Amino acid sequence: MLQVSIYRYNPEADGAPRMEDFQVDTGGKDLMVLDVLEMIKADQDTSVTYRRSCREGVCGSDGLNINGKNGLACITPLSEAVKNNKLTIRPLPGLPVIRDLVVDMSLFYAQYEKVQPYLQNNTPAPAIERLQTPEDRAKLDGLYECILCACCSTSCPSFWWNPDRFIGPAGLLQAYRFLADSRDSATDDRLAKLDDPFSVFRCHGIQNCVNVCPKGLNPTKAIGHIRTMLLNRAT
Amino acid sequence: MVTQVTSFSRSGLSDWLIQRVTSLILLSYFLCIAGTLVAGVDYASWHAMHQTTGMRIFTLLAVLSLAAHAWIGLWAVYTDYLTERMLGPWGNSLRRICQLGTVFLLIIYVLWVIQVIWR
Repeated sequence: MLQVSIYRYNPEADGAPRMEDFQVDTGGKDLMVLDVLEMIKADQDTSVTYRRSCREGVCGSDGLNINGKNGLACITPLSEAVKNNKLTIRPLPGLPVIRDLVVDMSLFYAQYEKVQPYLQNNTPAPAIERLQTPEDRAKLDGLYECILCACCSTSCPSFWWNPDRFIGPAGLLQAYRFLADSRDSATDDRLAKLDDPFSVFRCHGIQNCVNVCPKGLNPTKAIGHIRTMLLNRAT
Repeated sequence: MVTQVTSFSRSGLSDWLIQRVTSLILLSYFLCIAGTLVAGVDYASWHAMHQTTGMRIFTLLAVLSLAAHAWIGLWAVYTDYLTERMLGPWGNSLRRICQLGTVFLLIIYVLWVIQVIWR
């Protein structure tokens, strides 16, 4: 029997958060962590609350802290997460808990909104779509794949301490996705908004974001490119 | 709300660049001092070395680098941990006291070093 410990907190009823233990029979199968949560909710306690949607690592809904490491429950197998037959599941760290494993992601989305994650181009629109060379298109690889699950930003201590000022790895990856896009003409405006001591420069390069990204992306590298662009613009 | 009026240059890019340049200056200074100590030194040769104009300028450059480096580094630490978010209502006041105290201390260090090396 797998021992599962789940963070429980209902702000309307509980004075403080607590960990609740469950025993789950996995039948010796290497299930995903989300499967275990589903089994607990179906068979033992219907009040266990978490987000999930696509259950295949595309929607980014079930970002959780699994045995101390952020990841998507739906694509994290037990063989990767379980240690000493114990599985501890907590909400993503650093964000306010709404209930159990569900966090309020308003701060995360506010930072995403700051980078204006959409193409800006004031030149007259051509008769057909704005074309890119294959080389320019290739610059967006490793950037556009982000699903905004928040695993990276909520594993970043700089984001924990300054979630209102530091854009965080997810937002900065998207900032560079538009800075690197040959069809975008707002590069200077975008960079001007990032040149303060918090938005970009709170990143100290510890690479927690790279370590946890379920899509294998590298926000630290993107942040390095933004720094270089800021430096080239200012010197 | 965390402010940035007490940051060294008020620009993230400038602070970042200054921190990297000053770290190189400090590294070269400490390697120079360590090399001298490892090679063997007595009071007379140590004193003579620090009497040269080149070494005086290098020492002054190092202490100015130390001051800028420490200001930027500690400002980042204070704005991480000494905030209302972390400490409640006293967070901002405590941060300002620490920031100003650090700046005064660093200015005292710089003036003191100038007095020592140009005595």
